[in-house]
Amino acid sequence: MKIEILGTGCAKCKTLYENTKKAVEESGTAAEVLKVEDIPSIMKYGVMSTPALVIDGQVKFSGKVASVVEIMGLLS
Amino acid sequence: MLKNLADYLVFQVIGLDAKSRLGEALDFFIYDTVKIFLLLTTIVYAVAVIRSYFSPERTRRILSHNREYVGNVLAALLGIVTPFCSCSAVPLFIGFVESGIPLGVTFSFLVSSPMVNEVALIMLWGLFGWKIALTYVGSGVVVAILAGMVIGRLRMERHVQDYVWEIKVGAAEMQEQTFREKLDYAADYTVALLKKIWPYVVVGIGLGAFIHGYAPEDLLVRYASRDNILAVPLAVLVGVPLYSNAAGIVPVVQALMEKGLPIGTVLAFMMAVTALSFPEAVILKNVLKTRLLATFFGIVAAAIIIVGYLFNAIL
Repeated sequence: MKIEILGTGCAKCKTLYENTKKAVEESGTAAEVLKVEDIPSIMKYGVMSTPALVIDGQVKFSGKVASVVEIMGLLS
Repeated sequence: MLKNLADYLVFQVIGLDAKSRLGEALDFFIYDTVKIFLLLTTIVYAVAVIRSYFSPERTRRILSHNREYVGNVLAALLGIVTPFCSCSAVPLFIGFVESGIPLGVTFSFLVSSPMVNEVALIMLWGLFGWKIALTYVGSGVVVAILAGMVIGRLRMERHVQDYVWEIKVGAAEMQEQTFREKLDYAADYTVALLKKIWPYVVVGIGLGAFIHGYAPEDLLVRYASRDNILAVPLAVLVGVPLYSNAAGIVPVVQALMEKGLPIGTVLAFMMAVTALSFPEAVILKNVLKTRLLATFFGIVAAAIIIVGYLFNAIL
């Protein structure tokens, strides 16, 4: 599983990245968590509000910081 | 009823004299704090629910069907309800221009979105009444429409950074949230926002209460009265380098109003603080060349000054 966190580098994006890493760890999922900061790559997904979370190429949500529990729900 | 509660607490329970300055200030402080937090909680929650129906992606779809003029008006109105934080300004800008939304229409959105803010609206409403709150919203929308139209007329597309035109925006396939999820999101948002801004609100109301009880009149008024023709542009100049969120600036606004500054001057100051900030300029530099960035700031400043004079003249 490949998880990408899209965001230009603001505080909210960092929080989402940390929450996602924790969620992956706690659920024991085999997933790679990447932070995508360059604009063309973000735009490729059509996302206009950051941060956004992408799992295997599918945008799960954008424009909010999800909690660890919420992200764990998306992983299963 | 809230007023009675505050009166009872201050004058009966604590036992302060209703005519004393301390009593008056404390009464005002307690009443205002309870009132503002009640308003904040209910309205921020309601706004968050409404906003969950207006994603930037949906706003982009609506605006891409509209050309100038109608587009400017729609963009300024959608700017009020579309959730958007300044760190999303770059992807949003690219997404808008890429889908063929005219530059001026995009700017109408970029001006109205930070300027017309629900927290500022509630605090103005709570502290000064609905007339001033609506004046603030109305003038923000007018400034956004005017500034966007002028920028559109100037045909400055070539002053957008070149790489912007080369980016291809993919189609977002997002899962639609259920109603339950929207409500949960709104609750989370309300709690997070209140956690962040409550110290500003309390300090602000405290400042207001202090001024209410102790204020020496006509200190600032001598320099910034209606007669001073330079007061409005000066207020804008002072406002630009001050970067603050709405919760932090409304108390200052309250102090200025209590000291008798005319409404147009105070609104111009507030709009300059929220719409023309230095960090915003740094972010927009990623997508705009210097000339367009400077033009944008100049036109928004001019529009704010015009609106300031207008309100000073008619209110």
